[in-house]
Amino acid sequence: MSTEILSGNEAIARGAFEAGVRVASAYPGTPSTEILENIIKYPSINASWAPNEKVALEVAIGASFGGGRAIACMKHVGVNVAADPLFTLSYTGVGGGLVLVAADDPEMHSSQNEQDSRNYAKFAKIPMLEPADSQECKEFTRLAFELSEQFDTPVMIRSCTRISHGKSIVELGEPVKGLPEPKLVKNPAKLVMLPGNARVRHPLVEERTVRLSEYGDSWSINRADYRSAAMGIICTGVTYQYVREALPEAATLKLGMVHPLPKNLIREFAAKVERLFVVEELDPFIEEQVSAMGIAVTGKEVISLCGELSPGRIREAFARAGIITKTIDAQQPAQEKLPPRPPNMCPGCPHRGVFHLLSRANAYVTGDIGCYTLGFMPPLNAMDTCVCMGASISTASGIVRALPREEQQRVVAVIGDSTFLHTGVNSLMEMAYNQAPATVIILDNRITAMTGRQENPASGYTLTGIEAPEVNIPALCRTLGIRHVRVVDPYDLEATRSVLAEEMARPEPSVVVTNRPCCLIKGEGRFDRSPVLEVDSDACTGCRACLRIGCPAIEWLPALDGPKGKASIDPQLCTGCTLCQQLCKFDAIHRAGGTK
Amino acid sequence: MNKPVTNILLVGVGGQGILLASEILAEAFMLAGFDVKKSEIHGMSQRGGSVVSHVRFGTEVFSPVVPEGEGDILFGFELLETYRCLSLLKPGARVVVNDFRIPPPAVLLGQETYPEGLAEKINARFSNFQLIDGLKLAAEAGDPRAANTVLLGAVAQYLDIADGVWQKALEKMVPKKALPVNLKAFQLGRSL
Ligand code: SF4
Ligand code: SF4
Repeated sequence: MSTEILSGNEAIARGAFEAGVRVASAYPGTPSTEILENIIKYPSINASWAPNEKVALEVAIGASFGGGRAIACMKHVGVNVAADPLFTLSYTGVGGGLVLVAADDPEMHSSQNEQDSRNYAKFAKIPMLEPADSQECKEFTRLAFELSEQFDTPVMIRSCTRISHGKSIVELGEPVKGLPEPKLVKNPAKLVMLPGNARVRHPLVEERTVRLSEYGDSWSINRADYRSAAMGIICTGVTYQYVREALPEAATLKLGMVHPLPKNLIREFAAKVERLFVVEELDPFIEEQVSAMGIAVTGKEVISLCGELSPGRIREAFARAGIITKTIDAQQPAQEKLPPRPPNMCPGCPHRGVFHLLSRANAYVTGDIGCYTLGFMPPLNAMDTCVCMGASISTASGIVRALPREEQQRVVAVIGDSTFLHTGVNSLMEMAYNQAPATVIILDNRITAMTGRQENPASGYTLTGIEAPEVNIPALCRTLGIRHVRVVDPYDLEATRSVLAEEMARPEPSVVVTNRPCCLIKGEGRFDRSPVLEVDSDACTGCRACLRIGCPAIEWLPALDGPKGKASIDPQLCTGCTLCQQLCKFDAIHRAGGTK
Repeated sequence: MNKPVTNILLVGVGGQGILLASEILAEAFMLAGFDVKKSEIHGMSQRGGSVVSHVRFGTEVFSPVVPEGEGDILFGFELLETYRCLSLLKPGARVVVNDFRIPPPAVLLGQETYPEGLAEKINARFSNFQLIDGLKLAAEAGDPRAANTVLLGAVAQYLDIADGVWQKALEKMVPKKALPVNLKAFQLGRSL
């Protein structure tokens, strides 16, 4: 048997392969994205990007109803989008096994909230497994499919950033053999959830949860280890690893299945330890249920409700509560104030000029989720709201209804191509339908950039890189009922400025589509790096106009040439987009080599 | 901790090749027969933000993140980010730093200054300190982009892992075309 170091996401992909999965669908979202990107290493799986998570889950549901094993993957906020089919899927049950992977992001390393997906499993009344390292990611994925078919239920796997992106050693196995071939089987009483049928299914769902809980009592993935009996800790997932590290003497009940809870096993564990704790990231999900069983337990009283845990944070919390004595003295962080290093849009990013213009035009910008959310950062400071995928357009549509006429003209929604196709289309339909007089900018950079450049229905390629029909975004907008749709080159500041001014003044809904690709998509002529630019320091007057676009390739050299200082361009970083050149009133920025 | 786990941190700026360097390290530890776990945050940090990668090896490793104050070796790709992370280290930890600065946004804009004398300040707190001109050595090896491999070589001096294992790990993780340059860069770093 061979071993490899895999990330949790790679291991889930491997587990899907070993489980004989036929169909995989997802919308990219950090930290879940790499699952599908690795699944394509296994040609036996039909894998594709869906425009959003609801669609991804529905694709998996179709495959499962046809008798094939299917997997859908998303980040935690994606489950909100997929929640609608999920709850009914709980009632229909499955054909071939169906697994939904939800990757949570405690600490919000790249998310807009830190919701705890375990609540969805309870809410939708389906089992949820939570692996603690890459080996378990692979194993649990395989087990999840077995459980799904055995109990006729979708199964959720919850990962988190540290599991999905962490790496550890995995033993590779062989794919299962002898799974039934997919075929069409009619069973409307089970699969058509009209009230009459659904009423029959609901009691079966409740009964299933009871059976699953009993199954969990003796299932080996739920494991009690009695070390010292003084302190017993219930934990799951990566938290188990932190607990083992931080409190090595403590007894642990490591739950591989976090919903439904194995009640008898928990009672047994509680009875054998002197004091019972739950250490869990985010919500008191286990703690509340254990309390409701009438068992004395300590949890959120000690461990924070917010943010990611770590061995250090657990040790700190237990020491602060006087449960353990402090063993490690924290080092002093640097005393002086250090300049922060927030993420920034790339040099040559096609979004940068648009945000510069919006900020100059004093627009009120309703934003969305993607690289362009970084338009919020100084010096652009050009984003005023950002809620969730697709919300920019609907927020703009709503806000103008509350505003007087002159204020309406300042409202601009910005949304990327991928986000527009995700859920922005519905919002634009609403805006057109109700004739809300706001301007929408679709920043079409030909890719889903933020998560690492994934293809989408407008990019012209599939997940596996095969050419695909491209959605014609301007034509789609017209079809939805937008009469004024303009396409601009965002590298041409003056042209973009005048189009924006005209459309913002228009007392009707309008759409401006930008047409430059993300500067990280290389190949196929999609982004061509132009010759770099340089600053002629004799001509540079130190006016700082070029700094206003916040390009990481432009540095201010305060000490250069007297008191004012001068700009300088890093030739390693510059992509030659010419935005800074267009801002320079003194003609001090030229193509390197002296040509204009 | 009573279990002998070695904690390595790699810090720098998104886009500097920190992920690849930490993967090569992890691969080498696995090939040498250790349990190994690694973890870093990517996503937003790809866009020029701070990156900290954690690599841990030993007979049995639990957490994929290094507990604060327990880092044994810090591998710095950029001076300011290295300085920012010192509190993750245990007293007496080893610090190997590339003599390289990438100005953060506020410095680019001329609103703040890049702190001076960082190498000296790091050295004052950690006497096991080594400052390396990674760029120069990488250029010597044939490609300035191999600076991370020079650093890897420098760190390898302090890890009890056989030459052949490093060679294998590099062969597996580095694209074929870039392998000769990277092997050379590694040796240059190792013989510092
Ligand atoms: S990845 Fe593409 S879209 Fe995102 S900031 Fe960079 S250039 Fe802009
Ligand atoms: S041309 Fe100017 S704005 Fe564009 S990447 Fe180069 S330095 Fe940045």
